Amino acid sequence: MKIKQLSVFLENKPGSLSAPCRLLAKAGINIQTCSLADTREFGILRLVVEDTDKAKRLLQRNGFAVKVTEVIALEVADQPGGLAAILDALEGTGINVEYAYSLTGRTKSGHALLLFRFSDPNAALQVLKERNINTVGSEELTKRLKG
Amino acid sequence: MNMSKNREIPPLHPASTMDFLPPAQLRDVQFTRLKIMVQRAYDRVSLFRERMNERKLKPADLRSMDDIVKLPFTVKTDLRDTYPFGLCASPMSEIVRFHASSGTTGKPIVVAYTQEDLDDWTRAVLRSLAACGVHNGDIVQIAYGYGLFTGGLGLHYGAEALGASVIPISGGNTDRQIMLMKDFGVTVICCTPSYFLHLIDRAGEMGINMKELPLRIGVFGAEPWTEDMRERIEAGSDIKAYDIYGLSEIVGPGVAMECVHQAGPHIFEDLFFPEIIDPKTLEPLPDGEEGELVLTTLCKRAMPMIRYRTRDITSLEPTRCVCGRTLRRIRRIGRRSDDMLIIRGVNLFPSQIEAALLKVEGTLPHYQIIVDRQRDLDTLEVQVEVTADAFSDTVSAMEQMQKRLVHSIEGITGLRPAVKLVAPRTLQRSEGKAKRVIDKRIM
Ligand SMILES: [Zn+2]
Repeated sequence: MKIKQLSVFLENKPGSLSAPCRLLAKAGINIQTCSLADTREFGILRLVVEDTDKAKRLLQRNGFAVKVTEVIALEVADQPGGLAAILDALEGTGINVEYAYSLTGRTKSGHALLLFRFSDPNAALQVLKERNINTVGSEELTKRLKG
Repeated sequence: MNMSKNREIPPLHPASTMDFLPPAQLRDVQFTRLKIMVQRAYDRVSLFRERMNERKLKPADLRSMDDIVKLPFTVKTDLRDTYPFGLCASPMSEIVRFHASSGTTGKPIVVAYTQEDLDDWTRAVLRSLAACGVHNGDIVQIAYGYGLFTGGLGLHYGAEALGASVIPISGGNTDRQIMLMKDFGVTVICCTPSYFLHLIDRAGEMGINMKELPLRIGVFGAEPWTEDMRERIEAGSDIKAYDIYGLSEIVGPGVAMECVHQAGPHIFEDLFFPEIIDPKTLEPLPDGEEGELVLTTLCKRAMPMIRYRTRDITSLEPTRCVCGRTLRRIRRIGRRSDDMLIIRGVNLFPSQIEAALLKVEGTLPHYQIIVDRQRDLDTLEVQVEVTADAFSDTVSAMEQMQKRLVHSIEGITGLRPAVKLVAPRTLQRSEGKAKRVIDKRIM
């Protein structure tokens, strides 16, 4: 199961992070998770929201450069070796992890939720399925974050 | 409403017959008009008379069109020095309109028109629009600024005279522009090319595909632009983009205009006589050679301009256009002799930066050049607006794009810039005209 993620271009200057967040909050769009990748000069804000299309339109209408990409949410055992199992599965497949970040909080089962941006999401899904590594879909993600 | 694009080329407008005068006849018209205009300027404009006297020249010394090279040049500072009415050749009772350029510093440059001047200008714009296939069935949206700037009103009266349906929306208010474009079924847009790229962008964000609108012609001018930009515009909107040339000192838009063959603007030579000179030696150059464009108004009464140095660098095409017009064409103007920057001793034109940016996939030419001096060393920074197309969600892809931009600029200019990516629509724009250069150096 793939999850839609919004990326927003930000300039590295005071206030630039709060502007898109405030915009979404005003429109009642709930941010499920976010992460900021920044360099000295610019930043990329990555968001998972409940209504991706609505959020995208809203941000674009307000002049932001926005991109939708597909990420995969994986439940990783919060213990040594949890992440290694995933990376092992991808070894030699030519699929790269462009970046990954963890979702806030922890699920009841004591697992951590990680979001992965793979170079080829479809191929990655196939590999993960073969290795019986479970992915978490949007609905389930919403449920878990609320629960 | 029919939303498809009409590609038919209308029959020639009667006013366009002047575009096809046999060369010998055109020369006669030009010379007859030149003599009358020079006599009038000599009688009524003291600055011109003094300069003629310094050269021991009388209007009667003009024996043929070739003698135009004997006349003194007029430059921009002449207009400043005689602000506001010093170059007027008509009494206020005959002057019916003023326009003024937006000078960056101090007093503006003022131009005046009699009713006949306005009629000539209207006809030049009418012929411009007709040349690129606009006709009385078109709905024309004029997004140039109205007011002291000649862009809006110039296109306005020409389009009306052609019988087109005019929307005088003026500049700015982008969402409204797009709404009317769609709702009215606009077929022709007149604005700066950079503003139109912005309109394409914005329409996309609003969920409107410019390619599906009836819009078929763009009349673009008031700033230098490149062939790459034309390709971008046409690919992004499925219209034909035409270059209109003009400057308020001469009349405004409509000094020259491209025909449907898009082979460089034809100068309306029966009204505006072109010469190309070497900007250093001031010697005339033959057709085909690149130099500064010099224009003489052959009919203007309120404010005749004699051998006005435009600072625009171009050449006169030596060959006849396939459309059959006898009017000579200027090559697309990409640069001006006075917008050249000297950075660490290297000559740089903003158009070079634009060309370099357009070579990198996905970027749009919304940029600003910032020149500064730190510890006696010139610094060059190019700020580029990130667009949805160019934007990637990975830092490495963005940094690679930044590097490609640096390499592309260095390859074309020989200068290594700092490239800064900025958010969409953060760079200053005035009158829909992008402010391209900020030079912070104190010389
Ligand atoms: Zn032609």
